[in-house]
Amino acid sequence: MPTGAVIEFRNITKRFGQTTAVTDLSFTVEPGRVTGFLGPNGAGKTTTLRMLLGLVAPTSGTATFGGLRYRDLSQPLGTVGAALEAASFHSGRTAARHLAAYTLAAGLPRTRVAEVLRTVGLADHADQRVGGYSLGMRQRLSLAYSLLGDPGVLVLDEPINGLDPEGIKWIRGFLSSMAAEGRTVLVSSHLLSEVQQSVDDVIIIAKGELVHSGPLSSLDTNVAPQVIVDSPNRDALVTALTDAGLAFTSGRTGLIVAVPDPGQVGHIAFAAGVELSVLHRQKAGLEDSFLALVDGGDSL
Amino acid sequence: MNPILRPVAAEFSKIFSTRIWWILALVLFGYIALIAGGLAAFLGGVENGSISPDAVNSGGGADLSTLGDLPPLIYSFAASVGYVFPVLLGALATTGEFRHQTLTPTFLATPKRGRVLSAKIISMFTVGAGLGLVGLAASAGLGALVLNGFGIDPMLADGETWALIGRTVLAMALWAVIGVGLGVLVPSQVASIVIVLAFTQFVEPLLRFASAVTQITADIGKFLPGAASDALVGASFFTLASPGGAVLESWQGGLVLLAYGLLATAGGYFTSWKRDVT
Ligand SMILES: Nc1ncnc2c1ncn2[C@@H]1O[C@H](COP(=O)(O)OP(=O)(O)O)[C@@H](O)[C@H]1O
Ligand SMILES: [Mg+2]
Repeated sequence: MPTGAVIEFRNITKRFGQTTAVTDLSFTVEPGRVTGFLGPNGAGKTTTLRMLLGLVAPTSGTATFGGLRYRDLSQPLGTVGAALEAASFHSGRTAARHLAAYTLAAGLPRTRVAEVLRTVGLADHADQRVGGYSLGMRQRLSLAYSLLGDPGVLVLDEPINGLDPEGIKWIRGFLSSMAAEGRTVLVSSHLLSEVQQSVDDVIIIAKGELVHSGPLSSLDTNVAPQVIVDSPNRDALVTALTDAGLAFTSGRTGLIVAVPDPGQVGHIAFAAGVELSVLHRQKAGLEDSFLALVDGGDSL
Repeated sequence: MNPILRPVAAEFSKIFSTRIWWILALVLFGYIALIAGGLAAFLGGVENGSISPDAVNSGGGADLSTLGDLPPLIYSFAASVGYVFPVLLGALATTGEFRHQTLTPTFLATPKRGRVLSAKIISMFTVGAGLGLVGLAASAGLGALVLNGFGIDPMLADGETWALIGRTVLAMALWAVIGVGLGVLVPSQVASIVIVLAFTQFVEPLLRFASAVTQITADIGKFLPGAASDALVGASFFTLASPGGAVLESWQGGLVLLAYGLLATAGGYFTSWKRDVT
């Protein structure tokens, strides 16, 4: 079983003329976990991954796999599998012959072509020209390419874009199983919700800069929870909360009180003799935390 | 397979996995068959008297008596007319990688980019030679049959004829390398194709005629790629049609063609091949 290597970005920066796409980015990606690389469109994800793979030359800084730059790997496709763009095919070539050219380039057995096409569910379309492929099929073919060398590291740029619901479900399970085998899995997305169910760690960038990194659960604590409360007698509730000195705002489903504990709010209402129709804790979603983080990046 | 040969195998696989190679080979065969077969029939007819020479000379064309032996002239059409085909195929091999964004998987599989470009040169040189054989099947194969039909010796027992055939194959191989170079120098596929067609079919023929006017320009004009190619092959309707034009030695012609191919490729390596793939 191939084992994953640690991916390390160290102070990597990329300028395209006047535009700075990525600024002094440093982070590591561990084997055995699925790491989500997140940020809104234009945040610099693709540029960062292309620098990692030696396709774009960094203005400064380094990106390595177990200490080696991509171009110094002795078996690039056998070490790292990457899927970057759904459009990287000659439309007049069949999927099988597309992949076959790269097995030759990498010195891999030709039998891998049929194997990876079966893995991604394209076995029935192996001899079809890619020009006739749907976006979802192209995504699968990109993924098939990344698997040719049975690599210990997977680097996937927006692999969920264009997949049908069944494909999304499949790839989530696939990513988790790859990580469970000890491989390093780095997967980018502009939507947290797309990968939320399968990632263990998150790296979040905005405007080319790192804004957050850590386990997925670390996003939970970024926005304080609140209590939603309502009463048939809203005026009495407002009075009770005001008397108790709690800050609140008026929301669509009730009053939003800036305390974490519903019990505290319930006690105040009980003591004031106010009947409650709603009382629960509102936990800010991960998506809210994510948006708060990248919006913060926007205002920089 | 060793790491240098792997990308070569990959490039061959890419060439033969789309349809364009046999489409170009087919058109090359048809085009040369038409021109070489047609001219063999026409000139053969003139030479054996079944077409009146007056009908030709009254048109003010070149004096047919200066044309020398017909067979080498007919056979050389494979390169003197057909060279545009290996250039196109070579240019498509490089511009296609840009156009279809296949540089990404290509450079992921072979991160040493110079190796990929060298592999393209080696594979295209070979395929260009193959196109040379296809062109010769039309110009020498069909041409010899037609000449024979007019009772003219096709000179296939002559060693010099076979040397010319060999030089034609070499010229076509070198033209494919020039195509590879042009494709990296001008990565836009449309622009590359327009340049190939405009230059080979229009600009260069004009320049070659114009350069023959004075000695100084003729000395420069003989270095034009088409002129160098004709010099390499050693016989060409074009050279005969502009008598007095300076010509390179055969081996010099070959070196000049090779230089065009390698210089264009090296230039393109720095201007486009080494660039960021975004
Ligand atoms: N080749 C390029 N030339 C100029 N600017 C570029 C180029 N590629 C990307 N950029 C810019 O870099 C920034 C980051 O882009 P990208 O890495 O594609 O972001 P993401 O993948 O997160 O959507 C954007 O502002 C984009 O316009
Ligand atoms: Mg992107």
